[in-house]
Amino acid sequence: MSGPLTIAVPRGALFAGSLDLLDRLGVDTAEVRDNDRKLLFADSGIVTMRPSDVPTYVEHGSADIGITGKDVLLEQSQRKVYELLDLGYGACRMVVAAREGSDPIADALRRLGRVRIATKYPRIAAQHFADTGRQAEIVEVKGSVELAPLTGLVDAIVDLTATGRTLEENDLRITEEIGLCTARLIANPVAHKLKADQIDAIVDQVRGR
Amino acid sequence: MAREQHRSGAGQPAPSREQDRSGAGQPAPSRTTRIPTGTRDVLPDEMRELRAISARMRATFEEAGYGEVHTPALEYEEVLRRGEERAAGARYRTFDEQGDVLALRSDMTIPIARVVGTRFGTAQPPLRFCYFAHAWRAVDRGVGEPREFLQGGLELIGAQAPAGEAEVVALTIAALDAAGLRRHRVGVGDGSLYRTLLGSFDVPAERQLPLLEALSRRDLVGLEMGARAIEELSERERELLMRLPELRGGPDVLERAGGPAAAAVEGLRELHGLLEGRGVADRVIFDLGLVRELGYYTGAVFEVYDPAVGFALGGGGRYDDLLGRFGRDLPACGMALDVQRVHMAQAAEEALE
Repeated sequence: MSGPLTIAVPRGALFAGSLDLLDRLGVDTAEVRDNDRKLLFADSGIVTMRPSDVPTYVEHGSADIGITGKDVLLEQSQRKVYELLDLGYGACRMVVAAREGSDPIADALRRLGRVRIATKYPRIAAQHFADTGRQAEIVEVKGSVELAPLTGLVDAIVDLTATGRTLEENDLRITEEIGLCTARLIANPVAHKLKADQIDAIVDQVRGR
Repeated sequence: MAREQHRSGAGQPAPSREQDRSGAGQPAPSRTTRIPTGTRDVLPDEMRELRAISARMRATFEEAGYGEVHTPALEYEEVLRRGEERAAGARYRTFDEQGDVLALRSDMTIPIARVVGTRFGTAQPPLRFCYFAHAWRAVDRGVGEPREFLQGGLELIGAQAPAGEAEVVALTIAALDAAGLRRHRVGVGDGSLYRTLLGSFDVPAERQLPLLEALSRRDLVGLEMGARAIEELSERERELLMRLPELRGGPDVLERAGGPAAAAVEGLRELHGLLEGRGVADRVIFDLGLVRELGYYTGAVFEVYDPAVGFALGGGGRYDDLLGRFGRDLPACGMALDVQRVHMAQAAEEALE
């Protein structure tokens, strides 16, 4: 944990915004932009990975700091990482969505006493329904969640949406909004102490101090 | 970096050739013979190294007058609860023949407080004890943290702040030197500083809780939102609440904590002077946002780091109210190190050389 900072950068929806941010911070991202398949860029200290792996690498200190979505941090709330900054970009809404027309959630709760929910975010979904005093059976799926209510697997879904288009195209309608999720800067707890100056320089730059 | 992560239980030596040979012709080991998750077997190569580290740390403690004690792994749960309302995180319980609830200890601080209250009722303080013993804590499902861990630590009973802190911090650094670490640091903060600040700003208790929770997770985004939600705060006060967790580093951070915090960090400044006298001030990081989970800390709190690994090696602090609950009202402070993590840090430092 000496030398320049190692930065965990999420591939996927937050990738472009994260590279733009790093450019503004003076980190050279040209090599990352030119290489789709390479994962580790030793010269710039960048390691790229899927967003949900960022907290894992940062918690273990394999990366000093990282960028990931608030949705990932909520879902992996047991990770011991420090959340330093709301980076503002990559805004998405965590929502509950059900089929157009009827109100399957209310129907299921009234007649069966519980609602079945498909999601890639079992912890967030369980917490949301517990907080709102409704019994929910959470069905974890890995792929396209939109399919689950259409086939009768579940009554509704909890998912992240940027524009709501995919939901619409699958005849799903947003029934509740759980929260807004943006990109966050996180840090390893030990790096936050032992590389305080380097990390603070980044935080100050982002904040425009 | 931690090449071998403690979480995965990696780092176990591959069986030596000799052991392979002795197993030749035997049936393959049964895959169903499990041990509880979060526990593990230690084989001779690792055991030898763990023993060596413990021995060097113990020698450092003993030389400084800290006699080793051992206490039962099982305590009455009510005894642990007397020390800390959540029994310091003890989770594994059973019943004895009389129906009393027994719990596996989750640290050695409460058992030693009990020992002082019952066995050293009239002894002249200060009292110095060290220990090398296992403790048990519950872990979140699926995280893979150890439930059983070997702690090596020391308790200094009857010493006031900041002299007690200086002795404990300096001895921790010396013990890790002896264990073979070269780059370790001790973070020092004041566990009650943030609560004191909130109180001095007249923030009602029920509105303090979300801020204190955000601070203990170091969720600085949540902390900022929480501070903005309290309208009664002046801009200066809000700024201090938001900036305090970012204040960490050398003694200059103590100067940067202005206003009401300046009075509260006076103790840390005195401690810095004493650490300079002991020649270890450059190994100490002041961290004004540092908090520890356990409820019995009343003043300074510590955490131990090594740049070779991404997790703390241990921690401790001052607990001036704990001994009184066991019948001897004495100030005290102490430190506990996770010996296995010290071993991992030592191995990681070696790999970097």
